[in-house]
Amino acid sequence: MDYFLSEEQSMIRDLARQIAEEKIVPVRAELDETGEFPWDIMKVLAQSDLFGLFIPEEYGGLGKGCLELCLAVEELSTACLGVSTTYAANALGTYPILLFGDDDQKKKYLPDIAAGKRLVAFGLTEANAGSDAGGIQTTAKIEGNEFVLNGTKQWITNGGEAEIYTIIAITDRSKGPRGASAFVVEKGTPGFSFGKKENKMGIRASSTTELIFDNCRIPKENIIGKEGMGFIVAMKTLDNSRTGVGAQGVGVAQGAFEEAVRFAKQRIQFGHPVITFQAIQHMLADMATSIEAARALVYAVARFIDSGAKDVSKESAISKLYATDVAMKVTTDAVQIMGGSGYMKEYPVEKMMRDAKILQIYEGTNQIQRNVIGQALIKEFAKKK
Amino acid sequence: MKIIICIKQVPDTSEVRINPETNTLIREGVPGIINPYDMHAIEAGLQIKDKAGGTVTALTMGPPQAETALREAISMGVDEGVLLTDRAFAGSDTWATAYTLAKAIEHLGADIIICGKQAIDGDTAQVGPELAEFLDIPHIAYVRNIDDIKEDRIIVQRLMDDGFDVIESSLPVLFTVVRELNIPRMPSLKGKMAAKKAAIKKLTASDINADENDLGLKGSPTQVRNIFAPEAKKDRRILEGTAEQKVEVLVNELMRLKCL
Repeated sequence: MDYFLSEEQSMIRDLARQIAEEKIVPVRAELDETGEFPWDIMKVLAQSDLFGLFIPEEYGGLGKGCLELCLAVEELSTACLGVSTTYAANALGTYPILLFGDDDQKKKYLPDIAAGKRLVAFGLTEANAGSDAGGIQTTAKIEGNEFVLNGTKQWITNGGEAEIYTIIAITDRSKGPRGASAFVVEKGTPGFSFGKKENKMGIRASSTTELIFDNCRIPKENIIGKEGMGFIVAMKTLDNSRTGVGAQGVGVAQGAFEEAVRFAKQRIQFGHPVITFQAIQHMLADMATSIEAARALVYAVARFIDSGAKDVSKESAISKLYATDVAMKVTTDAVQIMGGSGYMKEYPVEKMMRDAKILQIYEGTNQIQRNVIGQALIKEFAKKK
Repeated sequence: MKIIICIKQVPDTSEVRINPETNTLIREGVPGIINPYDMHAIEAGLQIKDKAGGTVTALTMGPPQAETALREAISMGVDEGVLLTDRAFAGSDTWATAYTLAKAIEHLGADIIICGKQAIDGDTAQVGPELAEFLDIPHIAYVRNIDDIKEDRIIVQRLMDDGFDVIESSLPVLFTVVRELNIPRMPSLKGKMAAKKAAIKKLTASDINADENDLGLKGSPTQVRNIFAPEAKKDRRILEGTAEQKVEVLVNELMRLKCL
């Protein structure tokens, strides 16, 4: 369907598609098998300017918005969610600086991020703080001109590979939700190390590690925004990034759908290609319908965010929830259509199905998305009588 | 350092179909791409620029639509595109093509000229070396590595059947490149945006002071009489077994056919 993209937006989509087809598809199975971090592909993305998409031109980026980022993420996701997660998590880690950083922080970090010279990671989750971000135990205590960080972050995407980390830590527990703050911590800072690299079900090319802070001292000016704004930084960051997870869902669903169609045209049973059977056609029709609906929703929300809308929590949650549920359903059905072949590693759909599952879990489980939507509805309807 | 890359727009061979009646290529609707070897030439030029500075110009001779190949080169980071286009150039063989390119390069000036080793449509591998002869400069064909580059000289490896030669040359120099040399980069978004806006410089026969008797069909010693697809012969046999067994069957068969 034609979404009336601008010439530049089409250019971004085409370039990301070319990279997906030429650079990612040939290596995705191996990356999935070995869990090797896709540095070669990151270099291609850097050289192609894709890391600078959403970063303002004054900091060396292209000054584009959420829709352009979604287009790139979607195309990369048709080939490999492990790679697109690495790319999208970089944006996630950058948003705190982009949205709340001061001029010096922006000047210091954004040009390198835009050029793809340094990768970024976002550190919120901990062993006891997943859906309940309020359970954070990592602390940051001020001592003279420094903050001293202690604690362990868990399941951090791009951990160990990124050089810039945006971290949420408790600065004053007595203040409750206003007791957290956001910080920039650079790789190599004494007292900052990486724990074990997780062995995952899917998105195996992406790196997931612990971040360990043991009396890690950072300069006072590394705080992002004001003290006490940590949860606001985190929530606004997630509001901006969630639609990108939706775009990942659209991409992986599209990739699996195309594999299923290709297979169904070739596979002969009862003397005919299986695509001629209504049982298969109806499944494909449902898949195509839900993918198109998810894409339309993701683009609409991305455009809403780009319009400068103030509160986008509900809309971004809606796009993430719907598109990632579609991704799980479509990738599962693609395996079903391909039967035994779909279950085998010779075909990419079993990987897509394993990969898709994370989309319903990370950046807020789809149950949490429903909570966000529910709370927004209560607020909305409280005003109407 | 002024670097010129000679590129050619060729039909995408993965899409090529042959007209069964005339046995010629069906060119209508076949997308044009930059000759794959020329992509490696572009990458080589950009890498030299990254290291030694200067400018990279992509030069092509062809119909107006060859402009898209130049824009694609610009999207990869080439500074400028020059299109040699004139009805007088039509029908050029490799000799006339090399002559025309030489006149254009004399007009533009260059320290290093890089070509793909051959084009995938004609497969002659002649234009690069012929062009160097017209320009009366050294040339090195089949370059597989650039070892070193300085103000006035270059050291490269030339691929041979049984290894490689290390060759040092003064500048200006022309070399043709093989696939082993590098992996061509992807276009960048900034490059694509620049390519969209870029003004393509167009040169005609009179702009480059070319002698019209040496151009196009008139200047081409090669005349194509007929193009045909070789007939597929059906009476073939593939021998099976060990080398010794195969030799024995082969010898017997050749003797039976009175070839031995």
